[in-house]
Amino acid sequence: MSANGSENLVEIEHLTKRFAVKQGVFARGKSQVHAVEDVSLTVRRGETLGIVGESGCGKSTTARLILRLLDPTAGTIRFDGQDISHLSQRKLRPLRREMQMVFQDPYASLNPRKTVGQIIGTPFAIHGVKGARTRVQELLETVGLSPEHYNRYPHEFSGGQRQRIGVARALALSPKLIVCDEPVSALDVSIQAQVLNLLRSLQDEFNLTYVFISHDLSVIRQIADRIAVMYLGRVVEFGDSESIYNHPKHPYTAALLSAVPRAGVTSRERIVLTGDVPSPIYPPAACVFHPRCPRFHEGHCDVETPQLRELAPQQLAACHYPLERWPMTDAEIRQAEGANREDRPHLEGAAHEV
Amino acid sequence: MNGGRGLLDVRGLTVRFPTPDGVVQAVSDVTFTLARGETLGVVGESGSGKSVSNLAIMGLLNRARTVISGEVLFEGRDLLTLPPDELRKIRGKDIAMVFQDPFACLHPMYRVGAQISEAVLAHEHVSKDRAWARAVELLDRVGIPNAKSRARDYPHQFSGGMRQRAMIAMALVHNPAILICDEPTTALDVTVQAQILELIEDVKREFDIGVILVTHDLGVVAETANSVMVMYAGRIMEYGPSAQIFTQPQHPYAWGLLDSMPSVEERLETLVPIEGSPPSLLAPPSGCPFHPRCPYRFEPCPTERPPLVAPAPEAHLDACHLPWDKKVELGSQRGSKQAAA
Repeated sequence: MSANGSENLVEIEHLTKRFAVKQGVFARGKSQVHAVEDVSLTVRRGETLGIVGESGCGKSTTARLILRLLDPTAGTIRFDGQDISHLSQRKLRPLRREMQMVFQDPYASLNPRKTVGQIIGTPFAIHGVKGARTRVQELLETVGLSPEHYNRYPHEFSGGQRQRIGVARALALSPKLIVCDEPVSALDVSIQAQVLNLLRSLQDEFNLTYVFISHDLSVIRQIADRIAVMYLGRVVEFGDSESIYNHPKHPYTAALLSAVPRAGVTSRERIVLTGDVPSPIYPPAACVFHPRCPRFHEGHCDVETPQLRELAPQQLAACHYPLERWPMTDAEIRQAEGANREDRPHLEGAAHEV
Repeated sequence: MNGGRGLLDVRGLTVRFPTPDGVVQAVSDVTFTLARGETLGVVGESGSGKSVSNLAIMGLLNRARTVISGEVLFEGRDLLTLPPDELRKIRGKDIAMVFQDPFACLHPMYRVGAQISEAVLAHEHVSKDRAWARAVELLDRVGIPNAKSRARDYPHQFSGGMRQRAMIAMALVHNPAILICDEPTTALDVTVQAQILELIEDVKREFDIGVILVTHDLGVVAETANSVMVMYAGRIMEYGPSAQIFTQPQHPYAWGLLDSMPSVEERLETLVPIEGSPPSLLAPPSGCPFHPRCPYRFEPCPTERPPLVAPAPEAHLDACHLPWDKKVELGSQRGSKQAAA
């Protein structure tokens, strides 16, 4: 496939990242954190791919791997048709112009000792672009700040304005891809909406492609065209955002959606997952979700790893016993034929009217 | 607000922090009532004074460095004028608090059980063994599996959700009458958040206590609170039954908050943000503190402070100059605008 003709800007295949951790007093026992396991995703040109999941699910690691801020343990990353999984830092540098990042914390990600002009101008300096000052002032206007802010310092700005500065810096070199790692999580809800609207309008204006990471399902719904739901380093559901929100197939996605508290809804059935996310150092065998899953089938889910498969048009899920429809009551979900409950009494009584 | 059996009566609570840059008007004229079995949701953005008002109620602000006025009546006594040693008998016993960050609230070098039994011993003269047994019992009550052995764990061996459960166990040690939860689930994942909110609700029913739930998340409030107080720039903007606040909000700030909230139910064409940003509390705007950002401001707003009153017999309290019929009109437009989006 030719480099620029492909529909996909980013293609990752069987991507795996493990971090070594030391254990024991003399650090003799070496174990690994399975941060990202066998993840295959594509990001289409001009779309927003949302990656959603709870803390420790590997969403940020995936994003950093896409940008090659981390080196993959296995698997390939193709950016704009080019395999970048093992490129040297030197060879990566020209590509860095094409991929930028907006970080979560607008307080930590801007150097407090530099002016806004210097911060947004740095990408120009690194890549030897002339006429930075006027470009920076244009960028300030693009993100809804004023060109007069050029000589101010980050502490003079509110959280929302700082995040705009972060966005302006990411836009500086007209990248193809912007990875946004929880860009609105630190902001108040009224300001959050301002930044989300800004990101949306910039996407239309500059034909940007976003990878948008968030733990907040409502935010992802507003911004993403397609989403990948991650759990314990794996993608459990991947596909068109509307389909997944309206008809989740994976029990984890369903539990996640039903756990979101919402205004204006008085009574609804909620699946409450018991227990916590297992340690990524010793992830459960086969399907990583099986110890918490209401549809667990002994001898199948804990033996055979489910692969992502297409269960509806534009919707893939990695589950042996996907949901047939949505919403299902908790009892129905647990009644999946043959579901073996007896030996796991702690999962009983998980249905609640809220 | 439902009058009668007020468990906690807060009247005209005002907190000022003198700083070298001027006086921070953190909380101004906050008045509310909490009853047994009630969950009062306090919502607002950062800096709206929601946490500070609760710290003032708990007597956790340094009296030497803050100027606090008003009344906090608990069982007929004003907590604000109580001598420190008297207050200490109430705090942690009758009024307990659960904080946001369960990672920062537990001492990393003491066993979880020891920290809970310390709370037992702070107000009761019992043997250490009895205190430990009480700690285990409470850990079991808040849903820690194998409480007996887990009580011997150190905090780092607990997950975030379990730590927050341990914090709730610690708060329940002396069967408090009031539980103040300051952003109890903000640091937690959404599936764990659901578990903790459920636990707080269970505990409230079982012990018949009053709960103050401080949060920035309107969804959390909508699902758990009976009544809701919306705060902005240190003041109450709107205060009423939860069902009404979410179905018929009356204050333009509440409209703005609800409209800017991204929905998990549907993808909206555009989110409607509140323009501008919250004011500095060193010099809050005159008149209505929301007027610089309010799209419906008119002539009295910049100069006259609107009182917190019910604008009509069927309405709940709000602090806004807009006449009632205008609010009804704008409120219904807002509804149709949302339906169209």
